[in-house]
Amino acid sequence: MEDALNALVLITNFALVPGLAYGCQLALGALGVTLIFAVLRFSNFAHGETMSFGAMIAVFATWILQDNGVSIDPLPTALLALPFAILGSILFVLATDRVVYRFYREQRSDQVIFIIVSIGVMFVMAGLIRFIIGPNDQVFTDGERFLISARDFRDLTGLREGLAIKTTQVITVVTTVIAMGLLFWFLQKTRTGKSMRAYADNEDLATLSGIDAGRVVLIAWTLSAALAAVAGTLYGLDKSYKPFVFQELVLPIFAAAIVGGFGSPLGAVAGGFIIAFAEVLITYAYKRFLGYILPESWVPDGLAQFLSTDYKFAVAFVILVATLLLRPSGLFNKRAAT
Amino acid sequence: MSILRADAMTGGYGGADILHECTLEADRGEIAVIVGPNGAGKSTAMKAVFGMLNLRQGKVTLEGRDVTRMKPTDRVSEGMSFVPQVRNVFPSLTVEENLEMGGFLRRDDIAATMAEVYDLFPVLAEKRRQPAGELSGGQRQQVAVGRALMTKPAVLMLDEPTAGVSPIVMDELFDRIIDVAKTGIAILMVEQNAKQALEIAHRGYVLAQGRNAYTDTGEALLKNAEVRRLFLGG
Repeated sequence: MEDALNALVLITNFALVPGLAYGCQLALGALGVTLIFAVLRFSNFAHGETMSFGAMIAVFATWILQDNGVSIDPLPTALLALPFAILGSILFVLATDRVVYRFYREQRSDQVIFIIVSIGVMFVMAGLIRFIIGPNDQVFTDGERFLISARDFRDLTGLREGLAIKTTQVITVVTTVIAMGLLFWFLQKTRTGKSMRAYADNEDLATLSGIDAGRVVLIAWTLSAALAAVAGTLYGLDKSYKPFVFQELVLPIFAAAIVGGFGSPLGAVAGGFIIAFAEVLITYAYKRFLGYILPESWVPDGLAQFLSTDYKFAVAFVILVATLLLRPSGLFNKRAAT
Repeated sequence: MSILRADAMTGGYGGADILHECTLEADRGEIAVIVGPNGAGKSTAMKAVFGMLNLRQGKVTLEGRDVTRMKPTDRVSEGMSFVPQVRNVFPSLTVEENLEMGGFLRRDDIAATMAEVYDLFPVLAEKRRQPAGELSGGQRQQVAVGRALMTKPAVLMLDEPTAGVSPIVMDELFDRIIDVAKTGIAILMVEQNAKQALEIAHRGYVLAQGRNAYTDTGEALLKNAEVRRLFLGG
């Protein structure tokens, strides 16, 4: 019995809790990508850099706040910086739309051109971010590190395995729940949100009904940038802020959006968690876990790991390819019904 | 003077003209039907009335006001409503949300209009929480008409409302359209099922090559031997 509990605590500590936090970050990222796809009908590859940009502003704002002695200990100061990050990202993304994307919209450019343009925007933003904050790691987490540390947990329960829950993980989950709640409320209940879904459904009929396309596009960018800033800041807070990881994050984020069904917000959330848990559970070394639940002689000598953690992006990629082969419209897409 | 008058419309999508001095009219509570062979410019004529193509000549008036130079969206606020032939609902939105979007331009309370639409199409009231994309073809057409009614239009234009539905559903749709006309709305519609449509039409327009070939009451057109032979298949 105690062995089973130890096994459960072990896998929760090393796989489920980190997977949940990572899933939240991916889901928020995928939501931003999917919103832009639903309304503007192109894959915005610059989304990873938008996350990075938001996180960068959060880092600066955190430093300024810390220098001025502002603190909300035990919570990290970055939470106070989050509104600035959201605002900064929205302004930057809207400026990009004005200067870059609007031109191609007026030309009625092909989807492929938009995708290539977004890759261009991605590189420009990546360069800009490295120019401003530099390519190195920035740790901007402060406040209490753990909600409950492994040692406290062991002392509390008397189990051999400890369960550590980081403050940043809790903040990630809580913030994600709030952000998603607000987003879904907006999309389902408000007039503007409904008009956005209507526009995503049927552009011509929406225009015919008097829904202003320009306004819908503006709102889509705003929401996408806000979600990106939140996702980027949470990711940076949870790990550390490294400008280059965001380019790598684009793959699991798109995998998440596509698995769920591109253009479907609910699908993006589900996809985020599917990808995150798949990555974590497939690259997790099960040796100690098996040690608790199997008789001693059955325990494998190796690490009992399906894939080395270096291959975690391959997991997202395989899921992405499998989805495209088996169910290209994704799990939650209703668009195929038109 | 009819509530909707389109006088001597001439124009096309750029390049050669498709319509030549085409004239259409519809009055309150009336059903005006445009029929004719394929490529006669039926849908084009309807789109011209709604402002979806540029007219070189002619004018369109609504309740006496000249709307010839207005964009389609502006004509919607002036009291015209248009139901396209395809892609005429928001498939992932519920029936009720579809109706709400129909009334998007209105700033006043739309609840009363919605209740009227549900009275006209009781099946929609039953399915109000279902996504429109999950409904049958006939029900979806009702959603489309219902959406168009939400602006409380003076003129309702339908582009082949019975395309692709079964004969039974077609009859039911025509009944609904008669009900809509009885509420005092002028209806202008293009129909492929010419005979059945002319049976319910107060006015019938037979178009051929973008011109008015025959114009009369629906009944008279059905009796006209020449029209029968040329356009209604005997």
